[in-house]
Amino acid sequence: MRSYLEKMKASRVLLLVLVCSLLLVSFSTSLLAQTDSDTDTPADSIPAIAAPAQVTDLKAFDTDNDHGHSITIEWTLSADDGAGAKSVISYEIMRWEPFVRDSVMAARDSLGWVQARINKFEKEIPLAEESLDEVLTGQPFLDSLSFLVAYDEKDTSFVLTSEYVDKTLRDTIAAMKRDLPVLKVRAPLLPARFDSLLILLPKEYGKYPDATIGRFDSVGTAVSGVTSHENSSAVDSRSPGFIPDFIDYYYRIDVQTSDPNIRTTSEIVGPVQSSGQWFNSGLVPVLIAILVFTILTMIFVQLAKKGMDLYVRPLAGIEAVDEAIGRATEMGRPILYVLGLGSAADIATIASFTILGRVAKKVAEYQTELNVPCYDPIVMAVAQEVVKSAFIDAGRPEAYKDDIVHFITNSQFAYVGAVNGIIMRDLPATNVYMGKFFAESLILAETGAVAGSIQIAGTDEIPQIPFFFVACDYTLIGEELFAASAYLGREPELLGSLKAQDYAKAVLLASAIIGILLINIFPEYGETFKSWFEVID
Amino acid sequence: METVSIWIAAILTLGIFSFLYKDNPLYKACEALFVGVSAAYWAIVFYFDNIYKKFYEGAVTAEEPDYFLWIGAILGLLFLTRLIPNIGWVSRWPMALIVGATAGLWMVGYFVSNAMNQIGNTISNIIVRDAATGFIAWGETFGTLVILVGVLSGLVYFFFSKEHKGVFGATAKVGTWFLMVTFGASFGYTVMSRMSLLIGRVDFLLGDWLHILR
Repeated sequence: MRSYLEKMKASRVLLLVLVCSLLLVSFSTSLLAQTDSDTDTPADSIPAIAAPAQVTDLKAFDTDNDHGHSITIEWTLSADDGAGAKSVISYEIMRWEPFVRDSVMAARDSLGWVQARINKFEKEIPLAEESLDEVLTGQPFLDSLSFLVAYDEKDTSFVLTSEYVDKTLRDTIAAMKRDLPVLKVRAPLLPARFDSLLILLPKEYGKYPDATIGRFDSVGTAVSGVTSHENSSAVDSRSPGFIPDFIDYYYRIDVQTSDPNIRTTSEIVGPVQSSGQWFNSGLVPVLIAILVFTILTMIFVQLAKKGMDLYVRPLAGIEAVDEAIGRATEMGRPILYVLGLGSAADIATIASFTILGRVAKKVAEYQTELNVPCYDPIVMAVAQEVVKSAFIDAGRPEAYKDDIVHFITNSQFAYVGAVNGIIMRDLPATNVYMGKFFAESLILAETGAVAGSIQIAGTDEIPQIPFFFVACDYTLIGEELFAASAYLGREPELLGSLKAQDYAKAVLLASAIIGILLINIFPEYGETFKSWFEVID
Repeated sequence: METVSIWIAAILTLGIFSFLYKDNPLYKACEALFVGVSAAYWAIVFYFDNIYKKFYEGAVTAEEPDYFLWIGAILGLLFLTRLIPNIGWVSRWPMALIVGATAGLWMVGYFVSNAMNQIGNTISNIIVRDAATGFIAWGETFGTLVILVGVLSGLVYFFFSKEHKGVFGATAKVGTWFLMVTFGASFGYTVMSRMSLLIGRVDFLLGDWLHILR
């Protein structure tokens, strides 16, 4: 024990010596280094950063193919950006702003603040009372209003007095307490004031370069190496940094270095105005493609109407529908048809209506029971029409009942819970899931599998297809759902559009192969060819 | 009050889970409650958000009424004509407008993303070289080839005008394999996210309810 303690003591002493030595060495090294630097490079001789070269070829123009409110600025890099003194770290985009713009922005902020406050105190008495206290103490509610009042003293028509706000607020609170319809405090004068300030802008911007009424302000930054910047805003005049159209703007670029005080300004470009375009020329390739597709569709629809036999390859899932209906008839069990969670405007739901029509017709012919629980009330209304028409077409209108197609709920998992209950209680012989499905796909299909039903599914929601694959007997993948509706319906419009789609796919396939060959053999032509497909919507 | 809420939530959670054993009265009660509450909730939400807030406050009581909202209101009323058999056909007009307008709005977007950009991104150099060294980057080159073969064979699979036989059929078969691999990856990914949902419920039962987990 004693020897152990002695060993411990000795090791601690050794550690202490080691640490002290290290400290001593590092102190001596730093001292030497300091001495060296003191002797070799005096502090006053540290080279200052030289002013960088300015940008050249500065251009500002209205951004093309947009909704307006955007100016594009392009320039050639400073000679010191990545070369020369390599001192450039960024470019600051400066725009000439009249001082009145500050007032517009402040008015916008005040307006937003006041309106948010009004929205709040319209709902709750405590908030309304709190706001009243703020008005009575003058902070901060009244400050927001007083700014708007103070901007133009001559214009007295917009004056909002504290008495006005106070009285209106008191009336509102009293009405709320008496449970009467709440008096609205909309402060209509505030938006009017903001708009009146906004109208001043064109005239004020037109006064460039009067230094007494404006200055250059930063509107964005680009890092070194970048040669363009888009100065843009949203269309809403109350959005941050809103850029009104048809106003003369002037820009310059400041080249920045690591020293904030050392920067070089460029020449000034302008005036330039922003405006929106009626025609987006960037979408011309899409227009051409859609026109070609439309023409193909019209041709094939006409051919189908004339009775031309348009071949569509059989789809296993659809071939199985008739078999499944027959099975349900033999077993004396119902058929469950689920249209999914899509709205009536979704393409998958529309395709599903066609398939439902076919299933309902067969059901009417075989006198089998059909159950269509719906998630969306509008889908339910359309599905009722579809099933009713199918029963009439089958010559059995008396067999149709409105409750074949019924509404469950608009809540995803409540709907799933109800449909699962239907599956386990009714034990349908066949479950058909066609349309738009989301997280409920596996829950439905798995329950159907447990109930021993034959299951046929189809959706264009790619992430859900794997779940249908594992739990259903037949699955239609994506576009097969649309093809199925054409295959079953045999309507000229559907067949024609399916054929047109096939030809469009063939054109795209050929384009891809041509493009790949071109870009690998003649890169220049290949890039041009590729650019026709790179469209920004 | 919070304790009562937790107990109700726990009993309802167990009620829904009991379906894993078999359909039973507790599940039926939970299902009926869930469906009833959600249907009523959404009815109120739709009424307040659309009819009251959007239409009534926007087009009727507003200081500057938005008269365009009346078009929507009238179309909505037309939809109700299906309750009157003689003029029920009028309800197809708003439906036609919804379907037509949606199809038109989405057409360009789908064409750009599903057709044009897809092909644009497929057109690329088959052999990818490392920017710094100039040598062939085998990993990227393999990736490009996979994309190329996958897109082309996938397109062939979705060609409905020709039977899948011969070379065409073989190419479609390759497309099928690509689809299956994609679906497999997607399946695994989603199953893991579902597991996190289950963990959330178990965490609630063992933590908030039973206080076994802290």
